[in-house]
Amino acid sequence: MSVPATAQKRGPMWNRLRLRERIRDRDTAIFGILFITAVVWPMATIYATDSTFLIAQAGHAGTYVLLAIGLNVVVGFAGLLDLGYAAFFAIGAYTYALFASNQLASSPLHHEFHMPFWLMLFVGMVVAAVCGAILGFPTLRLRGDYLAIVTLGFGEIVPQLFYNFDQWTGGINAIGNIDQPSLPYWITGPWAEAGITTIKLVPNFSFAYDPVAFYVLIVILVILAVILVRNLHSSRLGRAWMAIREDEVAAAAMGINTVTTKLLAFAIGASFSGFAGAYYGASFGIVSPDSFLFTVSITVLVMIVLGGMGNITGVIVGALAIYFVLNNLLPALPAQVESLADSVGLGSLNVQNGDWPGLAGETQRIAFLLYGLILVVMMLLRPQGLVPSRVREQELKHDAVLEEETAVEQAHA
Amino acid sequence: MALLEVTEINAHYGRIQALRNLSLKVDKGEIVALIGSNGAGKTTTLRTISGLMHPGQGTIKFDGHDITRTGPEKIVDLGICQSPEGRRLFARMTVMDNLMMGAYTRRDPAQIKVDVEHVFELFPRLKERRNQIAGTLSGGEQQMCAMGRALMAKPKLLMLDEPSLGLSPILCDTIFSIVGEINSAGTPVLLVEQNARRALEVAHRGYVIETGVIVQTGTGKELLESEEVQKAYLGM
Ligand SMILES: Nc1ncnc2c1ncn2[C@@H]1O[C@H](COP(=O)(O)OP(=O)(O)O)[C@@H](O)[C@H]1O
Ligand SMILES: [Mg+2]
Repeated sequence: MSVPATAQKRGPMWNRLRLRERIRDRDTAIFGILFITAVVWPMATIYATDSTFLIAQAGHAGTYVLLAIGLNVVVGFAGLLDLGYAAFFAIGAYTYALFASNQLASSPLHHEFHMPFWLMLFVGMVVAAVCGAILGFPTLRLRGDYLAIVTLGFGEIVPQLFYNFDQWTGGINAIGNIDQPSLPYWITGPWAEAGITTIKLVPNFSFAYDPVAFYVLIVILVILAVILVRNLHSSRLGRAWMAIREDEVAAAAMGINTVTTKLLAFAIGASFSGFAGAYYGASFGIVSPDSFLFTVSITVLVMIVLGGMGNITGVIVGALAIYFVLNNLLPALPAQVESLADSVGLGSLNVQNGDWPGLAGETQRIAFLLYGLILVVMMLLRPQGLVPSRVREQELKHDAVLEEETAVEQAHA
Repeated sequence: MALLEVTEINAHYGRIQALRNLSLKVDKGEIVALIGSNGAGKTTTLRTISGLMHPGQGTIKFDGHDITRTGPEKIVDLGICQSPEGRRLFARMTVMDNLMMGAYTRRDPAQIKVDVEHVFELFPRLKERRNQIAGTLSGGEQQMCAMGRALMAKPKLLMLDEPSLGLSPILCDTIFSIVGEINSAGTPVLLVEQNARRALEVAHRGYVIETGVIVQTGTGKELLESEEVQKAYLGM
């Protein structure tokens, strides 16, 4: 059989590109795809939908990616089960909100602060890191389940504090009108002003609730976080975390100071959350205690477990996947089901009738049941996560071989 | 003065006393065996020396330092490293990473590379499996990895807690002959074993521990020939 001419030509060209060699492994390939998607996302979505809605959503999803990357340091690298991670998120958000709004004018302080966002991004990070260390301190002796319970408690307490100290935080009324970040003059410059059309370097690029600007910011933050965490992972500290995760006593016997190493895991993990919190406060312009409840902690945990705990790429993929399920798939489902029923001639099901709320209403009712089902199915199909770390893969393969061996032995017995 | 001098230490787990006035010493160049049956206090002795727990009473001196109340990371730094009971490898890290964890407190990367090669010479199996995760090694390989990991700390005293546990007789031979090799290369070894015969054959001196008390001591040969030891530990 003759080979088509195009295929013959294609072979050598592909070889010359050496894509296979350049993309050394799967994780790099996924990073590349994610990066390119992130770059073309704003143009593509504006072109396709003529609105910035999807960009704003991607910016919001980016917050979760940051959170997942941070929690992965604590849970995935160091093996410390933290169920109260949203607390640090809240701390970061409130740190920015308090010092970049008129909230403190009505507090006993009677003075409002308007600190620059860029500074508060790092202040939020440091404050969260310190809180992480403070939480870490009494919990260092605890392991596994006990640690989980204490962090769970911490996650419950922090929103309560913001809720109850309403003199300072506005409590249930939330803090609104949070300052928008502004770019320094040396970036915007005179050339960015509306009147001057000749040298518009960054024309009209402002953060006044402009989703595109926030999107660019979160993409940069995520990239920085990924670089940072990748380096951490392969550093001495990263290996010490893994050793502690594997066997704390052996780690101590190898000369690792388990106390400081665990504290650092808590603090560094929390700092990402503080970072994300400050961004969140600015991008939404409002923070309230009920944005940081237990469900946030659990959602982020689900993201990293499902994505592939310990593997940064997996964690990002997991965060995006769960975000998509929660914010796009499930909300769109009722309408989709309705139109599906119409098109297959079951339109009568769509009508509300006595106890029956209509197909759309019923779908909405069981949305979280479906969410649970999706999680269960995904974990059954890929217990190692969507993009597991190499080590986890090797381990599962080994388990499979062992199982096969015992099965063979039993068959022969 | 001896390299390691443990003087009349007591150790407790809560109210249970695990060691009573226990004294032992290890000199430079020696292999010292600590033998005793299950629950006698051998592991506790090693835990106390390595700073994972502290004695209620008594002193521990190592290489001129009083390490009675010193923390484990400082003690590793001073030059004591152990292959703990049950190996306790970092299961989901590669063999290579496990070895590198042994060198955690060291700051001489060039020399660390040389020492990895040494370990690979001693345990060629580990070299073959350097990129395999440790949890998937066989029992013998795991023991080798644990010993290699401890050696990577470049210890002035190597402590081995039941290295032959659960290994086939042939593998036991290998392990004990490697202990001899490590020692001839200049590293003193404190060897904890239930396999008394093998341990005493390779050791210069030995101690017998029963319920937290040293009941007998002597050269390896003396203990092998002692009637009490033969009856209690050699099944004769
Ligand atoms: N973590 C622990 N908590 C309480 N008791 C312990 C603990 N570890 C060991 N023991 C007790 O201390 C004694 C000595 O144990 P161990 O040093 O492990 O003995 P060996 O290593 O000689 O088998 C035993 O009676 C054992 O039950
Ligand atoms: Mg023992």
